[in-house]
Amino acid sequence: MTLDLLIFVALLYVCLLFGIAFAAERRARTGRNAWVRSPFVYTLSLSVYCTAWTFYGAVGSAARSGLEYLTIYLGPTLVFIGWWWLLRKLVRIGRAQRITSIADLLSARYGKSNGLAVLVVLLAVVGTTPYIALQLQSVSLAVEVFAMNGGATGVSQGVTAFWTAAGLAVFTVIFGTRNLDANERHHGVVMAIAVEAVVKLVALLAIGIFVVWGLTGGVGATMDLIDASPIASWQVDGGRWFVLILLSGAAVLTLPRMFQVLVVENADERHLATAAWAFPLYLLLISLFVVPIAAVGLARMPGTNPDLFVLTLPLAEGQDLLATLAFLGGFSSATSMVIVAAIALSTMLSNHMIMPLWLSLSSGGASVSGDVRRAMLLSRRVSIAAVLGLGYLYYLVSGGAEALAAIGLISFAGVAQIMPALIGGLFWRGATRKGAAAGLVGGFVVWAYTLFLPSFGPDGVFSATTLAQGPLGLGALRPQALFGLEGLDPLVHATLWSLVINTGLFLSVSLATFPTPMERLQGAEFVNVFDRSSIPRVWSGGRAEAEDLLVMTQRILGAEEATGFFSAATRRQGKLGYLPDPTPEFLTELERVLAGSVGAGTAHAMIAQVHGGASISVSDLMAVADETAQIMEYSTQLEAKSAELEATAQELRRANDKLTQLSIQKDAFLSQISHELRTPMTSIRAFSEILLAGGLSQTETERYSRIIQDESIRLTRLLDDLLDLSVLENGQVVLNPQVERLSAVLDRAVAAASAAGEGALVLRRDEAGEAIEVDTDTGRLSQVFINLISNAAKYCDADRPVLRIAARLDGETVEVDFFDNGSGIPVAGQGLIFEKFARMETTSGAGGAGLGLAICREIMDRLGGSIAYLPEAEGAAFRLRFPRRLSQPDAPDPRRARAAVA
Amino acid sequence: MAKTVLLVEDEPNIVEAIGFILSRSGYQVHSHGDGATAVQTVRREAPDMLILDLMLPNRGGLEILRDLRADPDLKSLPVLMLTARGQKKDREQAELFGVSAFMSKPFANGDVLERVRALIGEA
Repeated sequence: MTLDLLIFVALLYVCLLFGIAFAAERRARTGRNAWVRSPFVYTLSLSVYCTAWTFYGAVGSAARSGLEYLTIYLGPTLVFIGWWWLLRKLVRIGRAQRITSIADLLSARYGKSNGLAVLVVLLAVVGTTPYIALQLQSVSLAVEVFAMNGGATGVSQGVTAFWTAAGLAVFTVIFGTRNLDANERHHGVVMAIAVEAVVKLVALLAIGIFVVWGLTGGVGATMDLIDASPIASWQVDGGRWFVLILLSGAAVLTLPRMFQVLVVENADERHLATAAWAFPLYLLLISLFVVPIAAVGLARMPGTNPDLFVLTLPLAEGQDLLATLAFLGGFSSATSMVIVAAIALSTMLSNHMIMPLWLSLSSGGASVSGDVRRAMLLSRRVSIAAVLGLGYLYYLVSGGAEALAAIGLISFAGVAQIMPALIGGLFWRGATRKGAAAGLVGGFVVWAYTLFLPSFGPDGVFSATTLAQGPLGLGALRPQALFGLEGLDPLVHATLWSLVINTGLFLSVSLATFPTPMERLQGAEFVNVFDRSSIPRVWSGGRAEAEDLLVMTQRILGAEEATGFFSAATRRQGKLGYLPDPTPEFLTELERVLAGSVGAGTAHAMIAQVHGGASISVSDLMAVADETAQIMEYSTQLEAKSAELEATAQELRRANDKLTQLSIQKDAFLSQISHELRTPMTSIRAFSEILLAGGLSQTETERYSRIIQDESIRLTRLLDDLLDLSVLENGQVVLNPQVERLSAVLDRAVAAASAAGEGALVLRRDEAGEAIEVDTDTGRLSQVFINLISNAAKYCDADRPVLRIAARLDGETVEVDFFDNGSGIPVAGQGLIFEKFARMETTSGAGGAGLGLAICREIMDRLGGSIAYLPEAEGAAFRLRFPRRLSQPDAPDPRRARAAVA
Repeated sequence: MAKTVLLVEDEPNIVEAIGFILSRSGYQVHSHGDGATAVQTVRREAPDMLILDLMLPNRGGLEILRDLRADPDLKSLPVLMLTARGQKKDREQAELFGVSAFMSKPFANGDVLERVRALIGEA
């Protein structure tokens, strides 16, 4: 048998697998998939459990440690036969929740938490990578055995491992990412591994038969040989057996690849019924000849690697065909494991790590479904390549140091850390996300510290000193004798500690934390995935039942209200105490009361089951009550939140309205300013051009020059007013209080106003009233007086305009009135007169800007007083009020003063 | 007979300036300062054209223009509108109402004369 021929046969076999996978895919697509979906295909696909480790390593294990290899089969057998209902629950949940992986399952159970999923993914990747490396190693070892047997040399193990990994990556990408169905079934892959399952079983049986009847001469002779071999004298280590059965039982549930074929690829729940007996049978058959092969191998080929007896025995006897079959069996074991593991891990990596990352990075841009689909496929493919690359890398780094079985067990112990969270999640509603995360992290850390890292050997990760004396000489932290627990097998030690700490953290943190409504809901979905009748508890009437009803009602209505309601009902029944008989009348009333809180449907369902005598568990009702209370609380919070948001929105609307108003005012102001400035400029420009053109009489020249002068003054005054107002409004004004008689201030103002040419107005003053000493900024006060006098002169429309000025002292407040005898200001305009440029286009055409009254108001603010228009008076009537003594605050705050007036 | 221009404007100095410019070129200029009665005055005086200020007491120039355009007799009366407000939307509004020409204050005297000539020809 040459190496070339072997490689040719292997390639042919691979092509056959491709063909089978393609055919199965096509059949599944065309709907003729009854055959593909047979329960036996399902059972055979479960045999990915039996990897190269089982195929080669079981014989090696038997040769080294006797019957211990059986534990690896006993665990799954116990699970499939004894825990059949647990598998059914897993499959049912997987279907109901559209679960895609073990990480997805835990994430879904614990409130759809992606953080938890990421944790499981990391654990699975770390736990599975050595396992994949192990498969690559087995293939390269087998090839090497053939090469040495054929006399060929120079086939590096690394090269074989590399091409195996690359080929498997291609196969997995092709068949593992064909479609992205929600249920993630891969008919082609399942069919191919089913065929591989048959090949490995046939190969192992054939070698067994050859060894027993071909080499040894029958069953009797073989038994004698076994009795004579060291296998018979191995002592059974009870602790190690227990731990191994526990680990392998857990592995069949928690290994990512097992979860993939067991739950995700399951096409029909009823297939489990077949698998429950067929899979243990398969395991029995595959383990049947392990001891005979080991015994014969030890007898005939002492000193060689017992892991490879399956290959070396037929080769040594010149049975090339059988050896090739053995090689194909081992090859099948390795490849099926790698393919399914790669699919399972890539699904997890992609769904829980790469896609969330991608989606958050490209937020918004990923709205096109095609984009997401492309990204999904790409991330799957990249993940597959990464998983296989990681396996290959581990293979290169570890250099294939340990015996096959040891690596497998390390992986088993690693993924077994998922067990507490998984089982707890399926059966205990009180399990919380934080509890699950704490357990996983704790267990994982202990596993890594006590088993995984020491597995790299002394001076691998830990130095020999650390292993022997603990880190920094702390004896209690010795990786393989944690907290002084000595004398145990390292595997037993690690499993014990990691699972104890894992479970302890899971339970205690779960009890200490409170699940979110989402976790509660999902918890109920998981725990009660089957009909409620599957956990029957009959309401049989009597005192206990009334008490349960009371507790339940308390959870919904609150303790006080519930107790009151129950006591009242008891009194009506003519009894003492607070527990009434659950009569139909009472139940109807209770239903009505409960309906007010939880809605008619829930209340009716709860009561109807009791009333109709239907089977129901108290804890189920309690759970509903708990959920209701929590959801109510949640909705109250939401209501509060929404009211808060509504208030904020209203505030924003108000602010927006105000800003809009301000913006309109600003536009109006600017357009008004423009008008006020351009009007005098128009006159100035027009008359300048007229003057420049020449040809005017002396009178005309003088007249036009004067107009230009007047308009220039008007322009200047306007600008002065604007600046003045701006200073006043910004509060930058400095007041200069001085003591002066009010009559003197008025005299100055009158003089200034008449100098500006408002001659026709007659002033009536009240000398007695004006005899008030004021201590304020009389300059500013006079400015207000001038404005009011000029306004009267300009706007009073009486034939003989008269302005009456009256002053009096009201306590410490000075009051000055300016009443004219005109027609006053129209009611519509009164609200606006103190605004800037209130003199709108439709009111008046007389000269002067509309800033006067605005300036008056600002000045009166500064002086701590006010200006008001009195609408009841006959003509235009303004009243000023201001404190006789100006009290200047230490730090003048203009806004405060203005707010007081507004 | 000289062509007549009615000037509706409330600023006496501007009335005087435009009056001077136009009458020196031979036009006959009348003026009116109140927005409320402007339309009646136009009907009564039947000028050859109207120069209309935008901001007038009691009734705005835009409203007056709209009223004029609603009257079949005055529909085609040339109207030159003046504004000191400098807002684009005023001009758009005036054009929508069918203004014949539009000018911003301050203006060059020659421009006013030119517009008037373009609208109603030489005096």
